[in-house]
Amino acid sequence: MEITIVTVAFIVFALISLGGAIGVVTCHNLFRGTIWLMVSLFGAAGFFVLLSAPFLAAVQVLVYIGAIAILFTFAVMLTRSISNLKTRFTRLNINIAAAIALFVLLVVGVIGPVFILNPDLQQPVSSVTRTTIDLGEAFARGNSFALPFELASLLLTAAMIGAIVIARESDDEV
Amino acid sequence: MDCTGLCETLFRGGLDQGIAQFISLLAGVLLVSGVPLVTVIFLIWVERKIAARIQDRLGPNRVGPFGLLQTFADLIKLLIKEDITPTAADRLLYNAAPLVAFASVVLIWGVIPYTPYHFGADLEIGVLYMVAVASLGTLAIMTAGWASNNKYALLGAFRVVALLVSYEIPMVFALLVPVMLAGSMSLLEIVHAQGGMWFGIMAPISAVLFFISAQAETGRAPFDLIEAESELVAGFNIEYSGMKFGMFFAAEFLHVFTNAILLVVFFFGGWYGPLWQEPLIAFMWLGLKASVLYFISLWIRNTVPRLRIDQVMWFNWFRLVPLSIANVLVIATVVKIMQLLNLAPRNLIGASFGEVLPLTLVLLLANIAMGLIIVGQLRTAGQTARVAAENRASVRAAIGD
Amino acid sequence: MEILNQWAFIGVFAVAAPIFPALPILIAWILRPSKPNVLKSQTYECGVETVGDTWVQFRVQYYIYGLIFLIFDVEMVLLFPWAMAYNRLDAFASIVGVIFILLLLDGLLYAWNKGVLEWK
Repeated sequence: MEITIVTVAFIVFALISLGGAIGVVTCHNLFRGTIWLMVSLFGAAGFFVLLSAPFLAAVQVLVYIGAIAILFTFAVMLTRSISNLKTRFTRLNINIAAAIALFVLLVVGVIGPVFILNPDLQQPVSSVTRTTIDLGEAFARGNSFALPFELASLLLTAAMIGAIVIARESDDEV
Repeated sequence: MDCTGLCETLFRGGLDQGIAQFISLLAGVLLVSGVPLVTVIFLIWVERKIAARIQDRLGPNRVGPFGLLQTFADLIKLLIKEDITPTAADRLLYNAAPLVAFASVVLIWGVIPYTPYHFGADLEIGVLYMVAVASLGTLAIMTAGWASNNKYALLGAFRVVALLVSYEIPMVFALLVPVMLAGSMSLLEIVHAQGGMWFGIMAPISAVLFFISAQAETGRAPFDLIEAESELVAGFNIEYSGMKFGMFFAAEFLHVFTNAILLVVFFFGGWYGPLWQEPLIAFMWLGLKASVLYFISLWIRNTVPRLRIDQVMWFNWFRLVPLSIANVLVIATVVKIMQLLNLAPRNLIGASFGEVLPLTLVLLLANIAMGLIIVGQLRTAGQTARVAAENRASVRAAIGD
Repeated sequence: MEILNQWAFIGVFAVAAPIFPALPILIAWILRPSKPNVLKSQTYECGVETVGDTWVQFRVQYYIYGLIFLIFDVEMVLLFPWAMAYNRLDAFASIVGVIFILLLLDGLLYAWNKGVLEWK
């Protein structure tokens, strides 16, 4: 495996994603946990760039770090015990064993066969990389993804209405 | 990756190709970021001078000729101020927040095209990148408010974030229009598409919407309840002192000028002007137009009173958001009808003035129609308010003095 | 792979951008005096001592604004590719986009009517 700048970038983003994930899981402070989560998702955005999908990278940053992080923070404020989470890591050993078993399963079952079949697997940059404008066309053509596009809108509207209904119930005034 | 220019020179000189590329990229970064960083130093002086003149006073005039070195005096003052970090603050986040806030503004300059040949990066998704990076600033402010471990900072941060988040909607909807007209999210292509006609003339309501939302996004008057000194005592940056506060401060000033430049890039032709083929003159046009818009935003800031948070929110959710959505719908319909009638070119890049003229006129008509409707609504709203006030006054007079 | 060339610039820029504000702060750290005492390091509360924990009475209104912003954020993000490809498509594309926006306008009108958008 040659060390190109792409490889270096991949390693950097992998460290960011994994480091952020570890930070989320081990952090005692809920707000700090949110920040670590955003760091980890920023790493995921980096992966999207490496896979020639910059649109998804921008979506990741915009939606997760721009909107969901704020919502998480607001949700964290609604819980009382933000900073004094006691260490509730009971049954530590079995949890660690389960995590290692899952990791081994992933490597042996998923990553292993892929690499054994194609030992020189590299970044799949083909000559027919679709761009964002092709995505836009796909959204709008009748024989393409127009219907899922509309269904996505419907889903978003349903989410908004549902969230408003739930949020209003916790309000005293109806 | 191709290796040209400085990179090639270094490579031929014997450096490893990766390192040569990195050094050339770094040189590019320093050049591109030099523009905003030098500008912000000048901006602080401009802001204070203009604010002073509008308020009928002189402004800084002691330090250096016309007070030009005032910024450096402020810089030195902030550098030598003691940095009082409250013990209860969250160290890492407290220190990181001003860095991220400033970085989120500077990163926008990476995609701004200064001339047809000089820009940081021509991203395919330039507009989305810009919005995404600006949203990093929102999180930085929230972090600052939280990490200060101070009730007032947190309250201030909540209000700021609610304001920023609300006004991002009309801003991004207004940005859909240049993207639609140019057929690309790349800022370079958006400017190129304005060769025939500025988008600000084709879609003035979008320009106004973007201007108002951007004004609110930076926390400028009339939306400056963020730093309402009489209320929440400087808001989320209560606990910040010294240079860290200076960074928030500089980030805000730079953000206003960044919005002015973005307004020019999206709506007012970017670097187009007479003799634009010369890169230096093109850059000058960009700076000139941005300065005019920056002056207008300063003018508004120093003239209008401050709005309350409920008025600000009402204005956004009940007026700006529906207007921005209606604007997108109208422009989409008009553009498609014109394209189907073959009166408008499908690709505005490289279209001449004459080819774009019918589209411009029709869009302008549509915008004027919408504007008239808005003005009509404002008139009726003003009339009902005035009649109600007169009724109240007459009732009070009838009851007894 | 020309895309990567542009993004490499952004990558270097993203690393350099937090360093630019860090430099003055570092210089300040070297230059400034540091005389902390108990009174100065206390949390600011208009000169009196803080009472109670630092969490505030949280208004649900903030959360609702954030929620509606999230929905509109995702909508806008989906609209951008549609707007990019708009010029080269036919009338059906226009209708698809208009229906998309109208559905979400519907949700906004629901929120409007239920009085959720008002800042109480």
